Amino acid sequence: MINTRSVHQNRKLLVAALLITGLAAAPAVLAKGGTLVYCSEGSPEGFQPQFFTTGTTFDAVSVPMFNRLVEFETGTTNIVPALAESWTVSADGKTYTFKLRKGVKFHSNANFKPTRDFNSDDVLFSWNRMADDNHPFHKVTAGQTFAYYDDMGMKNIVDSVQKVDDYTIRFNLKRPEAPFLADMAMDFASILSKEYFETMQKKGTPNAADVYPIGTGPFEFVSYQKDATIRYKAFDQYWGGRPKIDNLVYSITRDATARYAKLKTGECQVMAFPKPADLDEMKKDPQLNVLQKEGLNIGYIAFNVEKKPFDDKRVRQALNYATNKDAIMKAVYQGNGQVAKNPIPPILWSYNNSVKDYPYDPAKAKELLTQAGFPNGFEVELWYLPVTRPYNPDGKRMAEMIQADWEKVGVKTKLTTYEWAEYRKRSKGGEHTVVMFGWSGDNGDPDNFFVPLLGCEAVKGGGNSARWCNKAFEDLIIKAAQTPKQADRAKLYEQAQVIVKEEAPWITVAHSIRFDPVRKEVKGYKMDATAHHYFDKTEVQPSPQ
Amino acid sequence: MPEIAFTAALGETPAPGPLREFWNAYAQSRGALIGLALIVLLILLAIFADVVSPHPPNEQYREFTLTPPAWDAGGNTRFLLGTDPVGRDMLSRLIHGTRLSLLIGLISVAISLSAGTILGMIAGYVRGLTETVIMRLMDVMLSLPSLLLAIAVVAILGPGLINAMYAIAIVLLPHYVRLARAAVIAEAGREYVASSRIAGAGPLRLMFNTILPNCTAPLIVQATLGFSSAILDAAALGFLGLGAQPPTPEWGSMLAGALEFIQRASWVVTFPGLAILITVLAFNLMGDGLRDALDPKLKR
Amino acid sequence: MLAFLFRRVSLIVPTFIGVTLLAFALIHLIPGDPVENISGERGMDPARRERLLREFGLDRPLPVQYVDYVANVLKGDLGTSLTTHEPVLDEFTTLFPATVELAFFAMLLATIVGLPAGIIAALKRNTVADYAVMGVSLTGYSMPIFWWALLLILFFSVQLGWTPVSGRIAVEYDVPALTGFMLIDTLRAGDASAFRSALSHLILPSIALGTIPLAVIARMTRSAMLEVLREDYMRTARAKGLPQWRVVLVHALRNALIPVITVIGLQVGLLLSGAILTETIFSWPGVGNWLVHGVQSRDYPVVQGGILLVATIVITVNLIVDLTYGVVNPRIRHA
Repeated sequence: MINTRSVHQNRKLLVAALLITGLAAAPAVLAKGGTLVYCSEGSPEGFQPQFFTTGTTFDAVSVPMFNRLVEFETGTTNIVPALAESWTVSADGKTYTFKLRKGVKFHSNANFKPTRDFNSDDVLFSWNRMADDNHPFHKVTAGQTFAYYDDMGMKNIVDSVQKVDDYTIRFNLKRPEAPFLADMAMDFASILSKEYFETMQKKGTPNAADVYPIGTGPFEFVSYQKDATIRYKAFDQYWGGRPKIDNLVYSITRDATARYAKLKTGECQVMAFPKPADLDEMKKDPQLNVLQKEGLNIGYIAFNVEKKPFDDKRVRQALNYATNKDAIMKAVYQGNGQVAKNPIPPILWSYNNSVKDYPYDPAKAKELLTQAGFPNGFEVELWYLPVTRPYNPDGKRMAEMIQADWEKVGVKTKLTTYEWAEYRKRSKGGEHTVVMFGWSGDNGDPDNFFVPLLGCEAVKGGGNSARWCNKAFEDLIIKAAQTPKQADRAKLYEQAQVIVKEEAPWITVAHSIRFDPVRKEVKGYKMDATAHHYFDKTEVQPSPQ
Repeated sequence: MPEIAFTAALGETPAPGPLREFWNAYAQSRGALIGLALIVLLILLAIFADVVSPHPPNEQYREFTLTPPAWDAGGNTRFLLGTDPVGRDMLSRLIHGTRLSLLIGLISVAISLSAGTILGMIAGYVRGLTETVIMRLMDVMLSLPSLLLAIAVVAILGPGLINAMYAIAIVLLPHYVRLARAAVIAEAGREYVASSRIAGAGPLRLMFNTILPNCTAPLIVQATLGFSSAILDAAALGFLGLGAQPPTPEWGSMLAGALEFIQRASWVVTFPGLAILITVLAFNLMGDGLRDALDPKLKR
Repeated sequence: MLAFLFRRVSLIVPTFIGVTLLAFALIHLIPGDPVENISGERGMDPARRERLLREFGLDRPLPVQYVDYVANVLKGDLGTSLTTHEPVLDEFTTLFPATVELAFFAMLLATIVGLPAGIIAALKRNTVADYAVMGVSLTGYSMPIFWWALLLILFFSVQLGWTPVSGRIAVEYDVPALTGFMLIDTLRAGDASAFRSALSHLILPSIALGTIPLAVIARMTRSAMLEVLREDYMRTARAKGLPQWRVVLVHALRNALIPVITVIGLQVGLLLSGAILTETIFSWPGVGNWLVHGVQSRDYPVVQGGILLVATIVITVNLIVDLTYGVVNPRIRHA
């Protein structure tokens, strides 16, 4: 049950949930092979894919229980059909028409038994619920907003959605937008059941539909205990084929050391976010497979070009030369990453491999500083990340190393940090001089890196923490977003990367490599490119011991 | 201290001076002596940190990251207690950390002792509404878990060593207020106070010159024990990332900063913890010894 | 007696008002706002920010927010969490049993070990046993809990593999939370292996959390026993030729227990402080963990409500201790 406490309003559901959980706890079902336990890193914010923005929530909600019209092929950023079997784009790039899959079933629970299959009404409902302020279900859950939809600026992209027939739906855009298809594969675009919401409305508890999830995904919701476990069971009628495991359990364990220990003892079979320091030992463990994948991310240091002396390109370049990224790679990332030379990672299409990075060269740095009028360096404040992020395992240690590096060219660095929300707020306000930041891509389109991080529009929003607005660069990325063909777009992005390197608004520090340690008995598990964890094709084979 | 003077007068001839008497009482306990010796050693380390440490505390020897202690396989005699993840010498950082820990203890105890004593004396002397307000406020502060209060205060002031000291001073405050108030109330009724008052002493003079010297014993004991709580709380704040900022070698943040290596390189976690434990233990030993020596009622 | 009771209870009212004010002031003085916390690296649409501020009621003047808050508290409504949208009181009552269970076992351990240790130290005064007990307890009292907890995990869980690393129960058990106390729930479910699992999860956190109270109890018992042993009636009891154990257990301990019980009661506040660190390290789903997260995510209602509830518990326990003490020892009443 979702939070045992809110259940008293819903006795029926409690009974149902108890029955289900009772079954799940029975030893027969628990026999290995049937259940996969995943040690996750935190509790989801809720069980609704449209409201939230964190990977933790998506991993627990949209990944196991929902589908999108199109999805990313697990392990790549290629877009593949999901609830839409096919799609066409008009010549002007402004109309997207999706042909929907037939025979897709929704889950059921104690309060809802679907009477019909998925169709275009559900797509229309899911979208308009977010887009239309006057939609009857827009505000059923107080205090919740459609975060991703709003923050991605979708209202400036999509003009209207039209039901052509039961299995055809059309999106009319306000402007050509090449990354649109990738947007539709993102978690916030998950498809909900219109019938479910209406049923709950009739029962007088419309917001229950936002609390107890019903989707079309491979797993059905069973129960949730805050900060402890989430339980799912395989959805027998899943359109993509029933998952091989019967039960999926998320064991919520905040501490990475604890997750590792649970993996070692077999209390879970897959764990999220291992600590870099544990990896060597994990790799030696004969019971574990450590899968790895290049992360779709970038960790960087941004110079505020609105402040002196960073309005001078030579100073920015000098500090690029002065930073020993290889040492940072070794001590901060424990070698589990790659030194970055571009704002986008190499696994993303349009990565420009011919860009030459600034090598570690303190002498050259001193020379440039002298040219810029700082032969004896200067004093500067560096803001470092107060939290561990996927793109930067230890901001504090990175800052200490940069401080020591810059000291060698005469730049005295004061290290400062704030509480994470405060840190973002202040940096968005442009209060910083030099700030450590990073980004994890969420849809595998280069646009998703360039526009929010280095675009002129993002100076106002604050996402562009270098506050760097370069006309030539801006023209390139805007043109790329409106160009339909990927090959043509790639050329434009490649040029944009050359400009970024030369102008040096950032020190591109590293792309981290992600690791998913799994036990040997887990078969068929594949790492995802966008850092989600998919278990629909995974099996657990009893270990031979 | 009338009690001590009194006991001294009863002693055998020739009566030792009060200081001598105090020392004799203090030296009775082996633990107290050990504590004192440790503290003297720590103070010396703190003062001469620059001379004693083999390396500068923030120098990064990048080719020697996570070197084990000298006696371990793979150890290096250049780094007796090993190095941290960016190659800084653990021993030097621990020695410099002594300076910080003692400073944290000293400053936070000084702030809260002085503020607490003044507030407590006012409450005990003025009584009435002032007392009620002060004492209720202290009740409120005591009803919150001290660490939570410290976390909240640091969250307001922003993380940092100085702010951590303020937070700790605030958390420690109620103890001194209560002690000072109780002492003042107990002393105010005594004859020597009454005679001072008759002799024309003003309230300030009465409070600070007459009453205060006669209730220092419990305050000294509490202050010594306060040192240990201050060091522990500072380490806890550092551990939660709210204390000293990098690259300051504060023990709690050293420990937290290397937590991920606890299995692979346990020395980066065990030594700072051990340093905290030893320092806190030393102050607790001394505090116990002082209490026994200064407070004859508790002397057994 | 009644006057004493009345006086003592009436003292609580201003304290409560103080606590609500303090809780309210603290959270609003902390920089960063809950709306900002919801947005990530991407940033937030300004219109959505405005709307959220309005919906959370954070756009109103502070005094209005405070009066509103207190009015709701008096109605028993502590608000809803900004992150989970659950009523704060419900979240607290779900998590509180976990903290109580942990604190109870920590205290149990502290008492079971601390009491006899203190008695032995007192009886064998100035012997090796006495020094050992006093030395160990002072070391325990000086222990940085977070470090101690880590050492325990390293040794017992990682090296020896005797105990689980964290959590309340192994994941394969899904025990319906009827009382919220895992041990009781597993017993009610009649699942012996689940009960064993829950018990084994309790061991290390209880040791970590119980260490300081243990030290305090051992020291307190020792000094209380020493005092009692010197009393005249003890000499009488011994003179009567009663066996030594009887003298100790019946006559001495009964009298020495009063201050010890007081000390145990007064440990509640300390325990909650320790629980913050212990729960964080052992991922124990309790109130301490919850409050720290509340502060971190600027979840105003959670922090305000949590502080209020925790303070209420501490105040109530202290009151009970005071009152019992007043009953047992009439001198206190008139102080």
